[in-house]
Formats: sequence, C-alpha cells, structure tokens
Amino acid sequence: MTTTTVTLGNDTATERAPAPLAEVRDLTVRFVSREATVHAVNGVSFTLAPGEVLVILGESGSGKSVTLRALMRLLPPKRSIIEGRVRIAGHDVLALSPAALEDFRGGVASMIFQEPMTALDPVFTIGTQIAETIIRHEGVSRAEADRRALELLELVQIPSAKRRLAAYPHELSGGLRQRAMIAIALACRPKLLLADEPTTALDATVQIQILLLLRRLKEELGMGVIFVTHDLGVAGEIADRVAVMYAGRFVEAGEVAEVMKRPLHPYTQGLMGSTVHAGLRGSRLAAIPGAPPDLSRLPPGCAFAPRCAFAEAACRERLPQEKHLPPRHMARCIRVAA
Amino acid sequence: MSPVSASRDPRDRGGSAQPLLAVRDLTRHFVLARGFFGLGRSAGVVRAVDGVSFTVAKGETLGIVGESGCGKSTTARLLMRLIEPDSGEVVFDGESVGPGGMELREMRRQMQMVFQDSYASLNPRLPIEDSIAFAPIVHGVPKARARAKARDLLAAVGLAPDQFAQRYPHQLSGGQRQRVNIARALALEPRLIVLDEPVSALDKSVEAQVLNLLLDLKRDFGLTYVFISHDLNVVQFVSDRVLVMYLGRVVELGPVEAIYGAPRHPYTRALLASRPSMDPARRMTEPPLTGDPPNPINPPSGCRFRTRCAFAEAVCAEREPALAGAFAGDAHLAACHMTAAGSGHSRAPGRA
Repeated sequence: MTTTTVTLGNDTATERAPAPLAEVRDLTVRFVSREATVHAVNGVSFTLAPGEVLVILGESGSGKSVTLRALMRLLPPKRSIIEGRVRIAGHDVLALSPAALEDFRGGVASMIFQEPMTALDPVFTIGTQIAETIIRHEGVSRAEADRRALELLELVQIPSAKRRLAAYPHELSGGLRQRAMIAIALACRPKLLLADEPTTALDATVQIQILLLLRRLKEELGMGVIFVTHDLGVAGEIADRVAVMYAGRFVEAGEVAEVMKRPLHPYTQGLMGSTVHAGLRGSRLAAIPGAPPDLSRLPPGCAFAPRCAFAEAACRERLPQEKHLPPRHMARCIRVAA
Repeated sequence: MSPVSASRDPRDRGGSAQPLLAVRDLTRHFVLARGFFGLGRSAGVVRAVDGVSFTVAKGETLGIVGESGCGKSTTARLLMRLIEPDSGEVVFDGESVGPGGMELREMRRQMQMVFQDSYASLNPRLPIEDSIAFAPIVHGVPKARARAKARDLLAAVGLAPDQFAQRYPHQLSGGQRQRVNIARALALEPRLIVLDEPVSALDKSVEAQVLNLLLDLKRDFGLTYVFISHDLNVVQFVSDRVLVMYLGRVVELGPVEAIYGAPRHPYTRALLASRPSMDPARRMTEPPLTGDPPNPINPPSGCRFRTRCAFAEAVCAEREPALAGAFAGDAHLAACHMTAAGSGHSRAPGRA
C-alpha cells in the first residue's frame, strides 16, 4: 500500500487521513456486443478510508451496480471491458490472476446482494455455506469452521442461531435470509463490504433493522462499506459520504449532511424534489422531465443536459469539469462556482 | 374525450352521500395442500384476507398500506373479482356485485385496475394502441372509434400518439409502459380505479411524474382511487383516507392526517417510525420493531400483532380487538385493546 499522500480525483482531503482502503481512478466499463457498445461507467474516481461508508445513489441504468461489480471483477469477462485503476487494500484488482482473485473475493472484499434467495445456494444449509467459505479461505478444520459459523449468526443477530445453522435458505424469512447472507459475506473478515441494494426488497420494518445492523457491524469490525441504493432515505441513515451517479459518472459527491442540505447538481436537486415525503400533500411533485439517456448513444456534453431546466449551449458541447467546494463537496456542473 | 365530473356522471345513482364502493366482511382463505399432487390432509390455511370492511366515498382516494403478506394485493384482486371471495360482499354504488346483483361485466366497466408489473400486464405482441382499444372493442365499441379514443388517451397520459401508438411494450421504458397501463384502465371510462403498487417498480424521478399524472387524471376524469402501496410516503401523498392492514386484518383506518399525525395502533406507529430519515442528524438508533412480519399461515390467536408488540398482555392473546373509534361517529378506527375502554388491557382508557 502507498504510504505517501496522494491527492486523487474528487478527493482533496487525504493529507491527514490514513492510507485509503480503496482507490478507484478513471474507472470505465463498456459492454460490447455486435449491435452496440454500452458505456455503463464513464470515468469514476474516488477513495474510501478504512471504516468509511460511501453510498452511491442513482437510478436504474446509472451504472452504480456495474461500478460495484467492477470492483470485484464480477462482470462477464468476454463482454465487458474494464479500464482504469482499482486498488483495494494494496491489491491491484484489475491485474489479479484468477487464483489471486479467488482469494481476494471474500477474503479482502465481499459483496451482499438485493436478493438473498438467488445469492444463497438452495441445496445447502446456512451453516454449511458459512463453514465452507471459512474452510476455503483459511483452511481451518470443519469443527472450527462450524464454531465460527455459529458466532457469525449470533453476530448478525439471528435468533436461536444454533437451530438456524441447520436451516435451508427457503426456511428463513426475508429478513433472516438477508442476515444469513451478511454472515457469509463477513465470514473471512473482509476489509471492504460491497452492498448492492441489500434492503430494497425488504419490508419497511425489516429494512431499518438491517440498516442498523450494518451500521453496527461496520463500527465493530472497522470495515469500509460501499453501499449502492436508489433510496435517499437509506443514504441518510447509513452514509458518511454520498456520490450521486448519472449516466456512468459521479455528478456530485460529498459528505452526506452537506449533499442532503445543499445539493449542487440539478440532477441531485431534482431527485430530492421528486422524492415524496411528508408535507407535500396537495402539491405537485417537482418531477424531473424525460428519462435517463441511452448508454449506447451518450451525448458529448453533460448527460443530464436534455432533462435539465438550466442547460445552455456550453453544457451540450463538452463535459463539465469537476468543481470542488469546501468541505469536500464536488459537482460536475458549469453553474457551480468553485 | 371530455372530462366528466363525478357530480354530473349520469351513471351516479345514490348521490354523493352513498359510497361508491362498500366492502363488508370480505374474506378469502387459501388452503395449502400437503404431499405429492396435493394428496393428503391440508397443511394449513393462509388467512390472506380475513373479514375486511371499508367504504370508499365518491371522488376519494383510499390508500391501503401494509407489509408483504398483509393481504393488500389479495384485497385488490377480490375487489376486481380476479379471485372469488369465500364470503363477504362488495357493493358498488348501492348495488351488490355478483349473482342477483351487478354483473361482473358491468362492474368491470366501472372499475378497472393497474398492476405493479407494467410489462407483464401488457400483451407483448400488440401495439399499445391495440392494447388500449382492446377492452372497448370487446364491450361493443366500433373499432375505428375505439382506436381514435386510444390515441386520445395516449395523449392524456402524456405519450404523443403519433410517436407511440404503434410501438410494442418492449420498446417503452418502465414509466412509459405504466402510462400505457393507466390509459388502458381509463379506456372503458371507469369510475373507480384500483391501483396496486403502480409506482413501486419505477425510478424516483419517473415515480414523481406518474404520481403527478394520476392526480391530474383523477381531477380531469372525476375518478375515485383505491391506491395500494407499501410506501408510506407515497400513500400519504395521494390518499384522503388510509387503511392499514396486518396479516389479513384491518388494524387502523382513518383520515390521512389522523393516521400520520396521531396513529393509534402500535403497528401503525412502528411502521411510520421505520421510515428512514433523509436527515443524517436524526438517525435511528433502535429499530421500532424486531423480527419479520409473521407468516400468514395459521396466524397468532387474538390480536395478530401481539407477537411483535411491546405492549402485549394476556388479553391480547385471548380476544381479538374490534375495529372501533374513540367515540360514537369517530372516523378514525383502530383495532387495539389499548384504545378500547374496558378491554382489560392495563393501558386501556376507563369506561366513559
């Protein structure tokens, strides 16, 4: 890991911070097929400190999940082209050999998904799936792995954990399944947890339980977390920093309180205006007109310009630069005075 | 198509005081079969909807909220008779729906539905114009007129007819498809639309567009809505009155201000408190409820919420609380022993 201080992309406050856990620079992901090239991620740069929670906010097709998957190289290698630099806990992820990649996944970084039912193996018990992960990565005995599996279920607050070790995924409720998946992800004490909308499919009273659990686990284990969601409320509950993604780029990033209170980019402002909350009854919602752009035919300038009420000729000509405002607030919009 | 206001609707029978929809004791249980090919004894009964009663006034929006398995979607399907109720009655503008009363064909002219999955609810092989014109043609409208009206409706839901009429569902975005579904629901000029999670699958920016559209259409066409959603914020935004369901039962029903401002049932309070806050300075530290909603197969005795309720006492397991107001004529009803005078719960108010 680098010990010298590096100022990277949209992160200007690395001087006093510890060495970053993750550094991503100019990440691009393209999906290539005979018909078209889809530009899913178009130059994403960020750093993540150990123990920090970055929430990537965006709508479907914004590239948020693709970014997350690229960090673990989970994208289909034949159809996707990943470029840029990804360093996680000292590993150059894009250069890892297949064997090193297997150690990296689960050992250094692990991921939880929206649908635990599809992420868990239906024919093995929860206990077996956790124990297998531990044996694969740490080569411990089966008895030791079983003991750790029980500890993990207790860590994620599954009631009557001992009995649940012998349960199959379909025997658990949605909330317990999500907890079991978190337990598997944490089995080898990863330094970085990647979470892809893990609470979106859950009921309201269960979602908040899982968010609070993740917040507590992060504190106890000191992991960095990158959490992808479309829900501003989820970001408000869990984020240290927020990055708003549109058409494969971070259009705004900053500390959560700052972004929520003073959104700079018209897209972020629109997203907040179109989010229904108390006190809006009887009024019209300030909806953003139009729909997100086609990622196989991106406009040359600001991708949000066609939907933006403030767009001018300069927006359509070339991509707006990142503008940085103290404290650590970035927006890609020509209207922002840096 | 000229907008009609509810008061001048020639189909109106009972006047504005008569509810457009009255539901009494609606019940549907699903019996689970055990073993291969459904042989053997029954393995349990899902009490999906268990004695649900409510009314919807003309021109009103009734919101129905609850978590998965609470029976809100089954209620919607029972209203439309997409599934048959075991018992109970649905009365549309004073006339009972079913044998001896209003025929289903007539009921479906006046009551239409929009589903959550915008793709699955359109025929993938029909241009959207034909999908919208389909029901009117079935109901005897001449083809040319039905098509012309379909184009008018496309314009009414914000899709330029010349650009969109001949497109197929897969050529549209999720938000556009949901607009088509709304246009199709409007094609028979219904008086009531049942909206089952109509914006849940949409992105936030598109959700806002569709919610605005629904409010505009309601005003322009004099519609009445039953709006089902798991999203408490959306329900608060669109509803005049709100009904909260838990495991097949109504736990609270009342005007939207009362439900959100002064909820009486501990489940409603927990549900409202579970909403994540957009303000990081006001983060939650303890979850309002633990555990998941229980399985609706063989639900708990007495009050069904008692297994997750912090205030549960012996009486809650013994007797099921009745849905009742705090005083005679109260529009705000809750089914909780804590609000019922003389129920035997230590927190219940004394008899007046």
